[in-house]
Amino acid sequence: METKSFICINCPLGCPLTVTVENGEVKSVTGNTCKRGELYAVKEVTAPARTVTSTVRVLNGERPVVAVRTKTDIPKGKIFDCMKAINAAEITAPVHIGDIVIENVCGTGVNVVASADDELG
Amino acid sequence: MEKKRYDAVVIGAGVTGSAIARELSRYQAEICVLEKGEDVCTGTSKANSAIVHGGFDAKTGSLKAKMNVLGNRMMTQVAEELDVPFRRNGAFVLCFDENDMPALDELYERGVTNGVENLKILTGDEAREMEPALSDTVVAALFCPSSGIVCPFELTLGFAENAEKNGVEFKFECGVQNIRRENDLYILETEQGEIETRAVINAAGVHADEIHDMLLPHAFTITPRRGEYCLCDKNAGNLVDKTIFQLPTKLGKGILVTPTVHGNLLLGPTAENIEDREDTATTQSGLAFVLEKAGMSVKNVPSRQIITSFSGLRACADRGDFILEESAPNFFEAAGIESPGLTSAPAIGVYMAEMAAKALGLTKKESFNPVRHGVVHLNSLSVEERAEKIRENPLYGSIVCRCETISEGEIVDAIRRPLGAKTLDGVKRRTRAGMGRCQAGFCSPRVMDILARELNLPLTAIRKNEKGSEIVFGKTK
Amino acid sequence: MENKITKSLVIIGGGPAGLAAAVAAAENGLPAEDILILERDGRLGGILNQCIHNGFGLHTFKEELTGPEYAARFEERAKALHIPYKLGAMVLSISPEKVVTAVSREDGLFTVEAGAVILAMGCRERSRGALNIPGFRPAGVFSAGTAQRLVNMEGYMPGREVVILGSGDIGLIMARRMTLEGAKVHVVAELQPYSGGLKRNIVQCLDDFGIPLKLSHTVTEIHGKDRVTGVTISAVDDKLKPIPGTEEYYSCDTLLLSVGLIPENELTLGAGAPLSRVTNGPVVNESLETGVPGIFACGNVLHVHDLVDYVSEEAAQAGRAAAKYVQGGSKETAEPLSGGIKLEAKGGVRYTVPSIIHPENMPDTLTVRFRVGGIYKNSFISVYFGDQRVQHRKKTVMAPGEMEQVLLKKADLQNIDFDTVTVTVEAE
Repeated sequence: METKSFICINCPLGCPLTVTVENGEVKSVTGNTCKRGELYAVKEVTAPARTVTSTVRVLNGERPVVAVRTKTDIPKGKIFDCMKAINAAEITAPVHIGDIVIENVCGTGVNVVASADDELG
Repeated sequence: MEKKRYDAVVIGAGVTGSAIARELSRYQAEICVLEKGEDVCTGTSKANSAIVHGGFDAKTGSLKAKMNVLGNRMMTQVAEELDVPFRRNGAFVLCFDENDMPALDELYERGVTNGVENLKILTGDEAREMEPALSDTVVAALFCPSSGIVCPFELTLGFAENAEKNGVEFKFECGVQNIRRENDLYILETEQGEIETRAVINAAGVHADEIHDMLLPHAFTITPRRGEYCLCDKNAGNLVDKTIFQLPTKLGKGILVTPTVHGNLLLGPTAENIEDREDTATTQSGLAFVLEKAGMSVKNVPSRQIITSFSGLRACADRGDFILEESAPNFFEAAGIESPGLTSAPAIGVYMAEMAAKALGLTKKESFNPVRHGVVHLNSLSVEERAEKIRENPLYGSIVCRCETISEGEIVDAIRRPLGAKTLDGVKRRTRAGMGRCQAGFCSPRVMDILARELNLPLTAIRKNEKGSEIVFGKTK
Repeated sequence: MENKITKSLVIIGGGPAGLAAAVAAAENGLPAEDILILERDGRLGGILNQCIHNGFGLHTFKEELTGPEYAARFEERAKALHIPYKLGAMVLSISPEKVVTAVSREDGLFTVEAGAVILAMGCRERSRGALNIPGFRPAGVFSAGTAQRLVNMEGYMPGREVVILGSGDIGLIMARRMTLEGAKVHVVAELQPYSGGLKRNIVQCLDDFGIPLKLSHTVTEIHGKDRVTGVTISAVDDKLKPIPGTEEYYSCDTLLLSVGLIPENELTLGAGAPLSRVTNGPVVNESLETGVPGIFACGNVLHVHDLVDYVSEEAAQAGRAAAKYVQGGSKETAEPLSGGIKLEAKGGVRYTVPSIIHPENMPDTLTVRFRVGGIYKNSFISVYFGDQRVQHRKKTVMAPGEMEQVLLKKADLQNIDFDTVTVTVEAE
């Protein structure tokens, strides 16, 4: 059995949550003040995920780089692998919000998409 | 190719060296200015009180007194010719204690003897009537109407650009490492190789004794005396109209509260002798001292309106007076130029140039043009003039610095003009872009882009000022 | 001068506030062609263009957008309504008569005679100078927003070894951005005993990457003459003064400052509208109208917001009010700030926006926004009409970093015998 502690992000209260886990299964959540805290704790322990936002190089654009994001969140452990893929990618102007930059980044099933526009420079 | 031989080399492109160069450019001669920094006005000249002193403070008969009073009188014409912002706003010296009145009277007498005109002693109430922000503890004040405020960057740039226009060469990042005398010539060993000249003029500011010692036995020592300042937003600039000094007492020289010629409010300086000639750091205690002492002069020091703090180094010589002399044949020195050095610069320029010209047997040239035009500031133009300027060049319609409303046209002019800006600070001193309340937060990326474009440099090569002050490290992608 | 035009409504600023105000004005009966947005930047969207992180729009769109995506939603609406705008247009002055003088590359110097003006200029970051941090003035000291622009828009790294002063949201966001782009962020120091940023940003921008947050600490010296070589960080006492002997040296090449935002109200002052000493924004009434009749304000120029969703809401209110003003629908108050009911901020409530209500001009429900001055746990937000408590709502926690609000109903403010409404925090 193992215990993990972290802070709840749902509201400014910032409850200190303690979660006990056994064989990858949540046994208990303590320290939370509300139900949302418990749900967050379970997700953070079993499948923490984050949206990654960065930029990629644009060819022939008005700007040298354009903003991108993972379309949805991806496993937290893959953030830096995802950044490697983003750093290696490039896109040609014009670029529009939603354009796919990288398909299925790092096998997550999630696309990296443009999150800003850039016209021909 | 035969090596170029100069008639005179000026070491240092501060206000003193630049003024000397400009006055020398009236003569038929090959003149060069060597500056170890990346630009003119990077040492003492860039960080001081920016005051054109009346001349009552300096010891009667001293070179300081003479140059101060002369420089003050010359400033109107110099500012006119060189397009330098200057205003005779007048000054007060405040007395806070009846017991100190003899000292105030003494200052008045000294001023009169030094040749300062229209001095007057006011009662505390009379002073407060003219300057309502003065504190209630003021019992009397010496009023000096001829005192003024000037832009020290523009004054130095004005001298330097006008010198350049009249044929003077400038070499930057060209520090002098050694000086030898060979066959009636001086050989300057510099960062950019050896330079031959008939005469040398040492205007090296806090380093003047080091330059002296390269050639001659040690004769004087320059001690950097650091002065720390706080600069307030233009919203606080009208707190006082005049420059407000405090009467020196046994507790110290006091600090001043003054509007700047551009409408900010300046508080300072402290006075602290230090060893490191490059140590322009500010200190917690120094800045606290400035605010505390300013509170003696005026009610409600606008400390919440501070937009920046800085410090400068006065080049104080151990002789107590300016050193303006020929120390060896054709080796001239303008050293120990501490306060009132900025005020004295026009006079020192003439004094030293005449000294050197006489020794070298130079004759004046007819082609000398005394007029310099600075960067045209849209702010200073009428609506019609402004509209016209933008029609001529649409870059003047593109505002880069929001706080000071400085356009791309002004910045491009600052970069392209003779002795143009190469760095963010160079642009700032020439245009005021980045000098406002956001302190370049908004405009610095744009000014960097413009510098990179105009100088054909990668963004990674754009610096704040000297080598090693590059702003960005590399591309993210 | 020939370069003169007339518009019913001029909106100064094409960021989230300006766009939402324009859309609301157009949707409330003002012909789009009578509106003009003046934007100083080269594109619409304002500061959102450089805020490429997600977390915007949860309230408005019920999804997590990035800054540019959020801005694009409003930009599309403004463009669909054919609202005219000028880019690269810097407003130089606004007269009390609502003559707007501006300059741009395309149009040169021009003036717009406006029926009404909405101020939506946003805010600027507090600089190093405002903090009076001693030391040298080397390259490598950036406000967090400047660094954000360099990284996200220009594609350049402003530093490799970074210390951040201030735990405002931009500082936290930049801690993560710099880390993702390969920099090492050593520490975030915060003067206050609590963070000014959102909890989620502390977790997702700092904790995720093992970046320590030092509360009650500040930078007491900047080292390095040409480029930053390090900073000294000291603990501060409960009066926020550095405690001698607690100095710690951090070697770094960059110091980012995220130490507060200041509404940009130089134009407002020029127009003659009084400012609040607390918010640094103009004093406004229920219509978000400033002291100058027909000049309205919204967004960060009015008071600094935590969430852009609230900016959009507030701006829409200003847009509706300005449309009504232009169409003569609001009862002409010669002096927008005189008469009416005074809103008083008390007991931990630092300010309210608006601060004056003329009940006859208010919408059916008016949102009053405010911030508290400290951390309050298990406390109540109370509203008093005169001496009578009419609202009493429990809040588990309130913090200075988060904006709060109360709603006032028009129906409750008719035929009244009091002239003050008080908003306060109470322990019970």
